[in-house]
Amino acid sequence: MSLDEFFVTGDPLILASQIAIGLTMIGLIALITYLKRWKWLWNEWFTTVDHKKIGIMYILAGVLMFFRGGVDGLLMKAQTSRPELDILNAQHYDEIFTTHGVIMILFMAMPMLIGIMNVVIPLQIGARDVAFPKLNAFSFWTFFAGAMLFNLSFVIGGSPDAGWTSYFPLAGKEFTPGVGNNYYAVSLQIAGIGTLATGINFIVTIMKMRAPGLSWMKLPIFTWSTFITSIIIVAAFPILTIALLFMTLDRLFGTHFFTVAAGGDPMLWLNLFWLWGHPEVYIVVLPAFGMFSEVIATFSRKNLYGYKSMVFAVAGIAFLSMLVWVHHFYTMGNSAAVNSIFSLTTMMIAIPTGVKIFNWLFTMRKGRIEFSTAMLWSLAFIPCFTIGGVTGVMLAMAAADYQYHNTMFLVAHFHYVLIPGVVFAVFAALYYWWPKMFGFKLNEKIGKWHFWLFVIGFNMTFMPMFFVGLDGMSRRMYTYAESTGWGAWLGFSAVGSLVMAAGFAALCYNIYWSFRYASRNVGSDPWNARTLEWATASPAPHYNFAVVPQVEQLDDFWYKKKKGETGLKKKDLKPVHMPSNSWTPIVLAAAFGVVGFFLVFEWFTLAIVASIGIVIGLIANSFDYDDGYHIPVEELEKEEREWRGDLQ
Amino acid sequence: MNAMKKLIYALTLLLIPVLLAGCESKLLVFDPKGPIARSLTDLIVYSIIFMLVIVVVVFVLFGYIVWKYRARKDDGDFEPEEEKGNHLLEITWFTIPVLIVIALMIPTTKTIYEVEDVPQGYEEEEPLVIHVTSADWKWIFSYPDQDIETVNYINIPEDHPVQFKMTSAGTMQSFWVPELAGQKYTMANMQTNLYMVADQPGSYYGRNTSFNGRGYAHMEFEVQAQTREDFNKWVNDVKNTANELSEDTYSQILEPGVLGRMTFNGTHLDWIDHAHGGSEQYIDPEKYQLKHGEHDDIHQDIDEDREADSTEQDTESHEHDHEEMEHSDSETTDHSHH
Repeated sequence: MSLDEFFVTGDPLILASQIAIGLTMIGLIALITYLKRWKWLWNEWFTTVDHKKIGIMYILAGVLMFFRGGVDGLLMKAQTSRPELDILNAQHYDEIFTTHGVIMILFMAMPMLIGIMNVVIPLQIGARDVAFPKLNAFSFWTFFAGAMLFNLSFVIGGSPDAGWTSYFPLAGKEFTPGVGNNYYAVSLQIAGIGTLATGINFIVTIMKMRAPGLSWMKLPIFTWSTFITSIIIVAAFPILTIALLFMTLDRLFGTHFFTVAAGGDPMLWLNLFWLWGHPEVYIVVLPAFGMFSEVIATFSRKNLYGYKSMVFAVAGIAFLSMLVWVHHFYTMGNSAAVNSIFSLTTMMIAIPTGVKIFNWLFTMRKGRIEFSTAMLWSLAFIPCFTIGGVTGVMLAMAAADYQYHNTMFLVAHFHYVLIPGVVFAVFAALYYWWPKMFGFKLNEKIGKWHFWLFVIGFNMTFMPMFFVGLDGMSRRMYTYAESTGWGAWLGFSAVGSLVMAAGFAALCYNIYWSFRYASRNVGSDPWNARTLEWATASPAPHYNFAVVPQVEQLDDFWYKKKKGETGLKKKDLKPVHMPSNSWTPIVLAAAFGVVGFFLVFEWFTLAIVASIGIVIGLIANSFDYDDGYHIPVEELEKEEREWRGDLQ
Repeated sequence: MNAMKKLIYALTLLLIPVLLAGCESKLLVFDPKGPIARSLTDLIVYSIIFMLVIVVVVFVLFGYIVWKYRARKDDGDFEPEEEKGNHLLEITWFTIPVLIVIALMIPTTKTIYEVEDVPQGYEEEEPLVIHVTSADWKWIFSYPDQDIETVNYINIPEDHPVQFKMTSAGTMQSFWVPELAGQKYTMANMQTNLYMVADQPGSYYGRNTSFNGRGYAHMEFEVQAQTREDFNKWVNDVKNTANELSEDTYSQILEPGVLGRMTFNGTHLDWIDHAHGGSEQYIDPEKYQLKHGEHDDIHQDIDEDREADSTEQDTESHEHDHEEMEHSDSETTDHSHH
């Protein structure tokens, strides 16, 4: 392979990005060296096993990926803003919508949500960390290695171009012989290992590490939704693992699982992909539901209405999510009976979802609703998600779907579900839990700019897509004729995407502004919240709780505050056992990344050599006898005294 | 805050012309021109009514609650009472969606079964059979009974059932003529079926909706519904004037690229039916190799006079085909209805 084929050349847009990426890397390395921060980075972040720091790294990676995926989105909107534009050619457009989809779902939504879970869940159940802290670090670094490998495709070798669904036979070597779709198969596999480990980690954490007295039906609803999400992860991700393995074997070693030739079965890919893919939608939406529930209860000053039915609704949605995958291909020539059954199971999801919407509304009823930025996101979620939901029911009706399938109507629908359902939730969660992570609030005024620009931009961008879809425009078209009359709709939509981008810029500015200027004097419980994570300092100390709290009821912290029982007695302090930092997760993940890169280019000798790194890492990990360390009582006392006046 | 409000107003105002533009003409899905598409449209309209009711109820309830229970400066920072939930209410909003699902499920199932068959009132007529073979990035239509083959357009008799037997020569595509019927996938080594009736003469827009590579956006075709007489006349004309389809021309057609319209005597079904395998002999990964940065020309030329074993193309027919292609590009759709 010549260098010319190795690097993606010839496209000025990509050339500019290559130069920009190169300069940024050099700049970053120079900056860190100049500030002498390498050691600090290694000790405090790269080798950390602290769930809060890992969570923050997840969120940071999510914001970066949001930027990347967002730029992809803007380019697509620019290209289709007028008929027959020539900003991107067909191939470039195909690559961009593919990476947009993969990045937004797997490298933006997932890390954002997992990041927030990481920060919040151990605190919310009164634990000192997750069950397997080192595995947690490994999860993050493999996710990160997968994400970086995937992003590398756009400057080295060429991006995947078969859509985020990567349908065969198109995604096979027969029709896409380049390395682009190798990147898809390999990098998703690496990131998927991390996600699967996260699922296991959170199941065990929530089952085994709850504070004394915190029984199942006293769990905060966000913890419940994280628990159920983790179960779906463990149930669904192995399917993706297998599907990607078959894909890798097909592309790299010439097997015929999904090919046209030699008896391969492309429909098998569709089934496997959506057997994972549909639960995946709920993997991202269910934690979001939990976040909204916390925020809505806090800012209505009321307990969550119908707590039990909320728990059952989440469990019901999780169960149904495994039974609906065929609705992604009603048009594949299934029998009428099959399509009818899957229409029914799909529509049934609307029932628990409807229950949740009403419970949220009734949580607010007779409350005292404060319009903080976190609450605004939760409020905007309800009407926007309702539109996404009802159009989802329309798509669920198999016969009607013959007219919506693969059209812009579908694209509008899933953006109306995923953006309010996930992105709004992530924003709400960031504003809500920011003080818990950093000890200061994000600015509420800039936050309102962020909110209004983004919500209005979102509706402007995606509402017109319903109409062009009903007018016969299919998805993933890089251009269209003027005579179609879609130009006005899509032009408007493109303007909307700029407004949305301005909203995102407001968020970035808000983060910058708040880091520099926001008041550090917000106390440990700035929102007067209800759940346990607010019972400790903000930002939370590395040991989380000096004394593990004893829980008596749902929203225990809320009632303890009322009774004035949140204090801490010096005689209760005991040394805290904490896990030590470890270098193995980051090194192992790096080895995975390198092996992955060689596999992408089918340089098998190099891949085998590099995989020795994985073996060594695993062995080193197995012989790691470090049992952690203890924080002495004096240090606990000193740290606790800094923020609470009630240490007796 | 003021600046923000102004911005919100300005953006809302922007919406109005767009909504007006949208109302001027009927969206394709709401403009069915045959019984099958009509039953789909009826189902869609029926569901939209339910959905509008749901949206209105939720929005009104939402607006009312958010407004009525908003925190006010003069409310003395009161603390709302805790609520346990109410079984009766929770059962109510569990039952309502159940009833809605039942109300939607019954007509959905009915329609699913209905559109898989010859439409009502046409059972007596022998449907016209057309084989659809989708390839990268064109549509090939074979009329086995008439023994003719077309590329990127179909003529059908009006008010007469047509049965499509569909397959693909490679990647997966989806055959869709929104005004006449819903869509269905075309897959290699596989046959799917679709019925269609046009109840008036006219030209209808058809396209692939399942992404299959660089030429995908151009993968359109036209369905021309004609009177019985015109249709028979067209068949006769083709028989008298069109070239015979050769195996070599056919394999050139299957090469990846965007084509204009073509018409032939004879069908490829004589030597291959992609529904029953054998497509791999036409698939050449080399032809899908990407060259980044070079001008990305996906338009394709067919040289019908090419000798079976020669790979060179002569320039004359090259130009000729380009003309034909451009001509058809501008006429493949009737989408100028706006």
